[in-house]
Amino acid sequence: MNQPNPASRHFQGLIERGTSRRSAARVRVDRAFSLACLGITLIAVLALVILLASILIEGASGLSWSFIQNYASRIPDQAGIKAPLFGSIWVASICAIVALPVGVATAVYLEEFAAKNRFTNFLRINISNLAGVPSIVYGILGLTLFVRMFGLFGPVQNPAFEVGGETFAIYYDSMGEPLRVPVADRNETPRLVTGSIGYMQDIFDGPDGELIFTNDWSPIPLTIVNADADFSPAYGVITVDNAVEPIDFEIEKSWYYVQFPFGQTVLAGGLTLMLVVLPVVIISSQEALRSVPGSLRAGSMAMGATRLQTVWKVTLPASIPMIMTGAILAMSRAIGEAAPILVLGVALFITDVPQNLMDAFTVLPMQIYNWTSRPQEEFRALAATGIIVLLGVLLAFNAIAILIRQKFSRPLQ
Amino acid sequence: MQLVPRIVATVGIAAIATAMLGATGIQDLRRLRGSITIDGSSTVYPITEAIAESFKKAAPNVKVTVGVSGTGGGFKRFAANEIEISDASRPIKGSESKACKDAGVDYIEIPVAYDGLTIVVNKGNYWVESMTVEDLKKIFLSDSSAKTWNDVRPDWPDRAIKIYSPGTDSGTFDYFKEVVAGKKGTIRSDMSVSEDDNVLVRGVAGDEGAIGFFGAAYYFENEDSLKAVPIRNKAGKNVLPSATTIENGTYNPFSRPLFIYVKAGSARKPYVRAFVHFYLKNAAEAAREVGYVGLPEAIYQRATKAFNTGRTGSAFLDEKGEKKSGPITELYK
Repeated sequence: MNQPNPASRHFQGLIERGTSRRSAARVRVDRAFSLACLGITLIAVLALVILLASILIEGASGLSWSFIQNYASRIPDQAGIKAPLFGSIWVASICAIVALPVGVATAVYLEEFAAKNRFTNFLRINISNLAGVPSIVYGILGLTLFVRMFGLFGPVQNPAFEVGGETFAIYYDSMGEPLRVPVADRNETPRLVTGSIGYMQDIFDGPDGELIFTNDWSPIPLTIVNADADFSPAYGVITVDNAVEPIDFEIEKSWYYVQFPFGQTVLAGGLTLMLVVLPVVIISSQEALRSVPGSLRAGSMAMGATRLQTVWKVTLPASIPMIMTGAILAMSRAIGEAAPILVLGVALFITDVPQNLMDAFTVLPMQIYNWTSRPQEEFRALAATGIIVLLGVLLAFNAIAILIRQKFSRPLQ
Repeated sequence: MQLVPRIVATVGIAAIATAMLGATGIQDLRRLRGSITIDGSSTVYPITEAIAESFKKAAPNVKVTVGVSGTGGGFKRFAANEIEISDASRPIKGSESKACKDAGVDYIEIPVAYDGLTIVVNKGNYWVESMTVEDLKKIFLSDSSAKTWNDVRPDWPDRAIKIYSPGTDSGTFDYFKEVVAGKKGTIRSDMSVSEDDNVLVRGVAGDEGAIGFFGAAYYFENEDSLKAVPIRNKAGKNVLPSATTIENGTYNPFSRPLFIYVKAGSARKPYVRAFVHFYLKNAAEAAREVGYVGLPEAIYQRATKAFNTGRTGSAFLDEKGEKKSGPITELYK
């Protein structure tokens, strides 16, 4: 038998004294405490259950394929959530794709590479503080930084730089039929061959409710046309005159079309949400890296691995399950945010889904908020249905994170 | 380089077309293409949404997007050249007009509907039968804040007043403030404020001493749980808000016009023109569908004329940019 050391004998004594003296009272306090904890947990769970139940009761009946497939409408029965659903998926995906690598890389630098000095301490403190900044502040930042780009590249509707789009200057003939002239960019005035074209002056209601454009038009002197342009205005009238500004521009966008400034587009929205969640991602990734035992790193280094190899092969794989937990929290926040998106000035009523990074979008929380603030009761039921869809999107994103977590949470070999 | 002969041919076609169609030709909205960006008041939003929804069916290739940045936020984007049309639940302010002018943005002012601002009290409020603007001043102004109903009129009971108000940056609040407090007065700050009018509805419905105000649409939807207060109009009559009294102007001074402001530069584009004409043609019906009241037909006709002749500027501002007050039927010619 081992001789018990003095310390353990001391504790043994304490325990015996306690048991003998106030054992019953202590057990009662202990039980009361655990009951209190259970009660508090139940309150939290109950609140969640009530919330979910009330939403399901109010909204589940409205859930249908047409609700997913339709755009917003003034008639509650026909209103759907297609545009905000796709918009939310777009911005959340962009947010995840940008925020996760950037956030994890920052955490890796701060935890694994950076020396512990005043500068890195300053960085750490700032990142912690940023996590507490209200999201609407990031919205204002996103508006200046991404949507308007400090006004450096001109107004949103007339961007100075465009990549991946074919630009057409638009004129109209006397019947309102567009004449599209290919130009290099919005600053180029179409090359003169000859011509002038009119546009209609007035539109009136016809007897059968159709709109009637009168021929009371005034010719605009027009610079036409790059000679190879496919040009056939239906009723155009052409006279020779000097150049005029195009009435409009049309951009045929390729999938990689990008304009500077971004304007109220999915890319600007996704990047703004990235700003909102980045501090959360960094901090949770830092925690994850810190939880990896130092012995693993030491072992890897002892085998002759470089720091990069250690991070890539040992530390990161070991911490990915925890990083993904942080990612779930971050994405949940990003999908639920309305305030920063609203500040960007994005539209609410849209009848298209985004096709590329430079398309307009709207998000689920904005549509849900708008429906809840409508006077008609039916719209509030729609809001509940919208919340169910929002929860669905949230669960889908979290499921992806959980799959990744499962893949990496094998025991270390 | 084959263009010249083609041009001759086109001129020929045009001449024939003109001869065939006579003075007018029918424009098929389906042929229009373009995109229209609209932003501004969340009060006007339901009307614009309804119009945009119908317009989409008539002109499927015109992309219309509508935002809800608020009247002030909408005018900011309007002056920044970011949008074609600005929704507004009040006339443009002198400062906003100046910002547009400085940015080179001319605008055409188009009234689209009426909203009757409704003063409501709890269903259990038995003592209020009508109110005057003077009564409201006693309740809402910061320098004469009545604490109890008794402070407003001596024959009313000694009950605490609880005030529910829309957000101070909403057009609804601006309009109420203008009527009750005028230019210099201020509205008291110890009120329950919410951006969501449904919260105000619930607040007033649940508190016997409560008073609040919001757009008539919220009252019409909640007539069972709220009591609207008849307001003494300029003719000395106590009038309740209803579609009739708002439209014929007897519900004053709390019926306010709602507007859209169209960028004059954008009015050259056929699809914007078609949209605005479509809007004016369907505004009364759309307004009624979403809980507002249509304007008198004469106003829509004046608006159509203003748009067709490209008349820029606001009827609610004088030459110096000072605000003009009065009913829209007199100011908007």
